[in-house]
Amino acid sequence: MNGLNFVGAGLIVIGVGIGIGRIGGSAMDAIARQPEATGKIQTAMLIAAALIEGIGFAALFAA
Amino acid sequence: MFKKTLFFITLIALFSIQNISAQHHESNNSENTHTESQDAHASSKHDTKKLSLKEQIKADINHHLLDSHSFHVWGPIDFPLPIILWDKGIHFFSSSKFGHHANEVAESNGSYYAISHHNGHIYKTDAAGVINHNEKGLETNEKPLDLSITKSVAMIIITGLIMFLLFGGLAKSYAKNGGIGKGAGRFLEPIVLYIRDEIAIPNIGEKYYKKYMNYLLTVFFFVWFVNLFGLTPIGVNITGNIAITFSLAILTYIITTFTAKKDYWKHIFWMPGVPVPMKIILAPIELLGTFIKPFALMIRLYANMKAGHVVLMSIIGLMFIFKGWLGSSLSFGLAFGLSILELLVAALQAYIFTVLSALYFGSAAEEHADH
Repeated sequence: MNGLNFVGAGLIVIGVGIGIGRIGGSAMDAIARQPEATGKIQTAMLIAAALIEGIGFAALFAA
Repeated sequence: MFKKTLFFITLIALFSIQNISAQHHESNNSENTHTESQDAHASSKHDTKKLSLKEQIKADINHHLLDSHSFHVWGPIDFPLPIILWDKGIHFFSSSKFGHHANEVAESNGSYYAISHHNGHIYKTDAAGVINHNEKGLETNEKPLDLSITKSVAMIIITGLIMFLLFGGLAKSYAKNGGIGKGAGRFLEPIVLYIRDEIAIPNIGEKYYKKYMNYLLTVFFFVWFVNLFGLTPIGVNITGNIAITFSLAILTYIITTFTAKKDYWKHIFWMPGVPVPMKIILAPIELLGTFIKPFALMIRLYANMKAGHVVLMSIIGLMFIFKGWLGSSLSFGLAFGLSILELLVAALQAYIFTVLSALYFGSAAEEHADH
């Protein structure tokens, strides 16, 4: 069943999407609360997003 | 500043040695398609109808994504790069000896070598160029040690030279102009300061960050420049090669392991403030973690760059598949937009690699912090 590969890939994308979406969402909330800390929040958001994307890509390559 | 440039050179030399595996990995699914692409180029000059459009596109994509023994810049401009083999004595010849047809035999100092169809490795053969396969289809000929200068290696060396020139010039201009940089390297000064003030010092601390600055700066600019070169039409995808990212990750691992203080090892094997049974359970997991973190660095950079290029090349190929003007122009727009995104990804991946390396160095260099 080669089609299952693509189902797996889709699941991975869902997972990554949810993860990064949540990070982005809470980052936006935080920026709204305290606009002076925007720089630090952006930095932290990017780092967390890259980590999640790293796993996502690794899994995508396996699938 | 000169120490920094010296560090660059050592790093670049290290990378040049890694070209062995670099070439091997990429040749895995490359050379038969590379020879296909050579055939495509050759035959496309004579008879474009011979290869279907899809095959041509596939050949072009592979040409851009994979490593090869010659530097194919544009159309007829094709520099064959030297092949350097070590087989009881050094063999040095140009890759044009292998010719454009599959399985041509090159002769050097009495021994014959041929490139295999399957994986593009160079094997030692007889004068007829016979490569024997065992029952699993794997080649059984003897393999010489392959130290050739491939496209990726040549590009790495060129990047190293460019970095050397830029930063060396910048450093000298500081001395001449009393603390103000002049020349092309000026634009790099804010970035260097950013790396020092926002990446190195917060993560590693005021006391020890200087030791690691050399490596952090090197890795940031190297990955950034190499990613940028990958977006140019000369078709060199360097960080999309797992051996290259492996070398970078290994360097991070080596630096964390060998400059780590006692507290670092204590936190891995015998973490304070945890009951003893938990300590015994956690110790192997933490040890595994020290390997997995650089491993993730490698995979992250590799996959991001590889996937980005594959998607970009595929969309460009899509441009040629669409017969009407609407499909082609939309594909072009999408490819353009994606290229802009790739520019961002190039810088972002360099930044992430640097930040995470700094994080790991920080945990290694951390002295007793009161928890």
